[in-house]
Order: sequence, then C-alpha cells, then structure tokens
Amino acid sequence: MKSLKIILNGLIKENPTFVLLLGMCPTLGTTSSAINGMSMGLATTFVLICSNIVISLIKNLVPDKVRIPCYVVVIAAFVSVLQMCMEAYVPAIYETLGLFIPLIVVNCIVLGRAEAFAAKNNAWYSALDGIGIGLGFTFALTLLGAMRELLGTGKVFSLTLFPENYGALVFVLAPGAFIALGYLIAIVNKMRKA
Amino acid sequence: MVVVLTLISLIAAGILGAVYTVTAEPIQQAKTAKQQAAIQQVLTTFNRLETDTVNNLPVHRAYQDDNFAGAAVEASSNGFGGEIKIMVGFDPQGNIIDYAVLQQAETPGLGTKIVDWFKTDKNNQSIKGKNPGKNNLTVSKDGGEVDAITAATISSRAFLEALQSAYQAYAGNDEATNATTGATSLQPDTTAVDSLNIQLTDSINAIIE
Amino acid sequence: MGYLLIIIGAVFVNNIVLSQFLGICPFLGVSKKVDTALGMSAAVTFVLTLATIITYLLQKYVLEAFNIAYLQTLLFILVIAALVQLVEIILKKVSPSLYQALGVFLPLITTNCCILGVAILVANGTYKLPDGMEANLLTGVVYAIATAIGFALALVLFAGLREQLRFANVPKALEGTPIALLTAGLLAMAFMGFSGVV
Repeated sequence: MKSLKIILNGLIKENPTFVLLLGMCPTLGTTSSAINGMSMGLATTFVLICSNIVISLIKNLVPDKVRIPCYVVVIAAFVSVLQMCMEAYVPAIYETLGLFIPLIVVNCIVLGRAEAFAAKNNAWYSALDGIGIGLGFTFALTLLGAMRELLGTGKVFSLTLFPENYGALVFVLAPGAFIALGYLIAIVNKMRKA
Repeated sequence: MVVVLTLISLIAAGILGAVYTVTAEPIQQAKTAKQQAAIQQVLTTFNRLETDTVNNLPVHRAYQDDNFAGAAVEASSNGFGGEIKIMVGFDPQGNIIDYAVLQQAETPGLGTKIVDWFKTDKNNQSIKGKNPGKNNLTVSKDGGEVDAITAATISSRAFLEALQSAYQAYAGNDEATNATTGATSLQPDTTAVDSLNIQLTDSINAIIE
Repeated sequence: MGYLLIIIGAVFVNNIVLSQFLGICPFLGVSKKVDTALGMSAAVTFVLTLATIITYLLQKYVLEAFNIAYLQTLLFILVIAALVQLVEIILKKVSPSLYQALGVFLPLITTNCCILGVAILVANGTYKLPDGMEANLLTGVVYAIATAIGFALALVLFAGLREQLRFANVPKALEGTPIALLTAGLLAMAFMGFSGVV
C-alpha cells in the first residue's frame, strides 16, 4: 500500500516538472520531439533509481559533513555508466541528447531526491521513489515533447496528424519551449485546483 | 571524513574503468557501423574498399573486382548550429551518386532538412547525378543552380561547401589513380605522366575555385 | 576579429540560456529583482571562467594524458564543487564586502548546469568557433567569459521584465511561473533575431 503511494506521489502529487519545477534545463532543451523527451526522461529515471538505491544503502557509512560530495560522486558515476552504455548501444539517441546526458549530474531532481528521500528511507522505498519521480519526469517531458512536435510540425512520435505546412515552427525552436511549458503548467495548475 | 569520500571516489572510478573496458569495443563498433552504413548508402555495387586521406579528408575508394567503382568522401564545414559532417559518393566520372549526413546540429525543422533536401527530386533541389566539376553547385542566391532550403540559406551554403571540399579531395584522388594505372599499363615514363597529371589537377582545381 | 565573433556569437546568437537552455534554474529562480540578478551574474562569471581554465588543463594534462577520458563527468563535477567551496572561503577572508554580495549565490552555483556544460564543451572543443579558428585554451576562456556575459544579459533583462510584470494584470491561471515562462519565451524570440549574424 505504501509502495503504491510512493510511486503515485512522484507521478502526480510531487511531479518534478509541473509541481516542483525542478530540472528545467533538460525539460526545455530536449523536448523538441516526443521521442527525444521520452529518451531523456528514461535516462534520468535510470540514474534516479540507481543513485537512490546506492545512497540509501551507504547513508549510514557517510559522515554528515561530506554527505553532499559523496552523493554527487555516486550520481556522477551512474551518469558516466549511462553515458558509455548509451554511446555503445543506442548511438543515435546519444547523439541527439548530446550534452544533456552528462548534465544529468547537475539535475536538481536527482540530488534533491537523494537528500530528501533516499537519505532517510530504506533501499526498497528509495527505489520506488526513484521509479515514481523518474516516471513523473518522463511523463512530463514526453507530454511537452509531443505538444511541441504536434504544434510545430503536425506530428507526434513521427505519426503525421496534419500537414507540416500548417505547423507553427516556433514551437520546435527555443522560444516555443518556454511558451509551451508555460501554458502546460498553467493548465496543470488549473486542473489541480479544480 | 576525507577517507570516506576518497574511498567512494576510488570505488566509483574503479567501476567506471570496468564499464569502460566492457563498452569500449561496442562504442568503436557502433562508430564503424555508422560509417559503413553511410558508405553502403552513397555508393553503388562494390566488393572492395581502400581508404586513404586526401587534403585531410578520408576518401574511401571502392572497387568492383579490379574496376574503380567510385569513391565515398567524408567532409565537413561550419553550419548554422555547429559542424556539419557529410559522406558523399561519387561515381568514376565524378557524378554524385548519393550523400549521407553524418553529423549536424542545425535548427530543427529548418536547417535539419539538409538530411534529405538535396536528394529530393523537386525543382532544382536535387544534386544527385550532378558533377561538381561541371555544374555550379552553389545556391541560386549565389548564382548557382541549386535551390537552397527555404529560410535556411546558411545551412544550405555550408552543406554545399562541404560537398565542394569532398569533390576536391575526390578529384585529386581520381587523377592519382589514373596516373598509377596508366603508368603500369601504357606509359614507360611515369614522371612525365605524373607531372602532367599534377598540372591537370591544379588547373581543374583552379577552374573549380 | 575572430575573438570578437566568438563573443558576439556566445552573448547574442547562441545565448546560453535563451537558445541553449543551460542555467535555466537560476534564470527562473533568482530573477525576481535586478539586484539579485546582478549578484548571481557576477558570481557565475567568476566561477565559470575559473572552472573552464582548470577543467581544460585537467582534460589535456590528466584525462587525455592518462587515457582516462571516461572519468570526465566525475572529475569535473568534483572540481567545480571544490572550486566553489574554495572561492567561498577565500572570498570570506580576502574581501568580506564582495563575500556579502556574492556569498548567498555561491552554493547555488555548483548545481548550475551552465558551469559544467561550458566546462565540458570547452574541454571537448565542441563549442562553435568562427571558420578557421582552432579550439585552444585562449578561445576557450574567451568563449567562457562571453557565455557568462550572455547569461548575465539574459538574467538581468529577464529580471527587469519581471519587476514590471508585478504591476501587470495577469489572467489568474497564468499567475506565477506560467507568465514568467511566457515572458522568457518572448525574450528568446527577440534573441532569435540575432540568428545568422555570426
């Protein structure tokens, strides 16, 4: 029962993008299409789950004063592992996401969850929290990516819904990222209050 | 306190070292696979490849048995959002067979169209079958005969620039091959042929430029 | 001339915040007042320049020399974190007044992704350079400083807009973050006008 609650907490109640407004750089930078947004979300989820588990396991071994540097090392290690694995097995996605993969290290969501959840709970719950928050992030990025891709090019996941000429290209470009996210958060706020 | 941090860092470094040794080969394979796929795409039938470097550009010469079947050349230029890297295939006459974009960081929806714009048979877009030595392959704005991508002239120019340098590398290469084959089969005086060929190449390059 | 092109490119054309999406967190977080925006910008400029030089040297003389480039992310983030700590301590001793002004922003900088981002770009030599220029320490440092100026420009402009926004009559659903994001979108659109200049 508690397990389900932890997962749902990350997905809805504490959704990192729409509610906590964390991790904005990849949210805006990698969502020019739905598939890119989803890849970035899943990559971050992997790091979140792994770092959450390891940090909750070592939390009692680490002196309080060097807590944060130790967490950063753990996170950086998993990011590098992810980086090498992606370059080896999914080179196309690795190239599209580019700089944003190593930058998962400085994504406030990952360090934030380590500090706020993994450092206080056991490995099982920390893993679940990683899954919940990660999926919440992935959901938000995929939604934003799909919205931008649809408005910009008339496609979602490369499935054409209306001809490209009717799209407003600005949504695929930089300003569109800010504007689309702004409206998406406004809609989510409205729904949460209702 | 510092001991714990050092220990954790060392363990992390160790794990990364292990992962590196495991993934080093697949990463290399993924890179060559991409290059091979691009060569396959831009050239017609061949069963043997020879790679060397002309003007600092990799030139993959293709042979069907012993007959020269064309060459795939990698070239790059500075585009709108960063480096554009392409692979262009030429047939033995120097006509463009096909091209592949290996790397680009152009504006999505505009400059990224270089990936298939110049092979779409529409108006004067396509460069397939054209010869950079005979055709003026620059954008129509610059007096050339190729239609630039709408609202992405800089990306188009950069692409065609890379194409030119690929052709230059190919052309230099082509003359050299003729020189050696000609030398062994027909001409006893290799130095004369070589110097003639160098002159020829220079004058061709001068015309292109 | 080439260096001028690097600067114009990094400040206006490929602005780190408005077109590369790095450093969005401070951009949204500390942009409610022009004063704080200026303080944050100064701190970022300082750390970014130092971090770029140090990580570039580490990349060339440690990572590449010993063939351990896979430790890049790990080493860089540790160096940046340590550097921020060091700057904080030194500033406290040497110039208490400057520390007063910048102190609160320093801890926030470790997780500012434009520091690590620019450090990686410069170390790998994958930032955009004008034709015919080679990536080396000097161009890297010029690029880093120009990037920091671009960050400062975006942040201060945005803070100015948000100060005015307080007096605006905003639809209820858009209050707070949404209207800030829409404003940032318009600012990004204005910066798009620079595209193609370099």
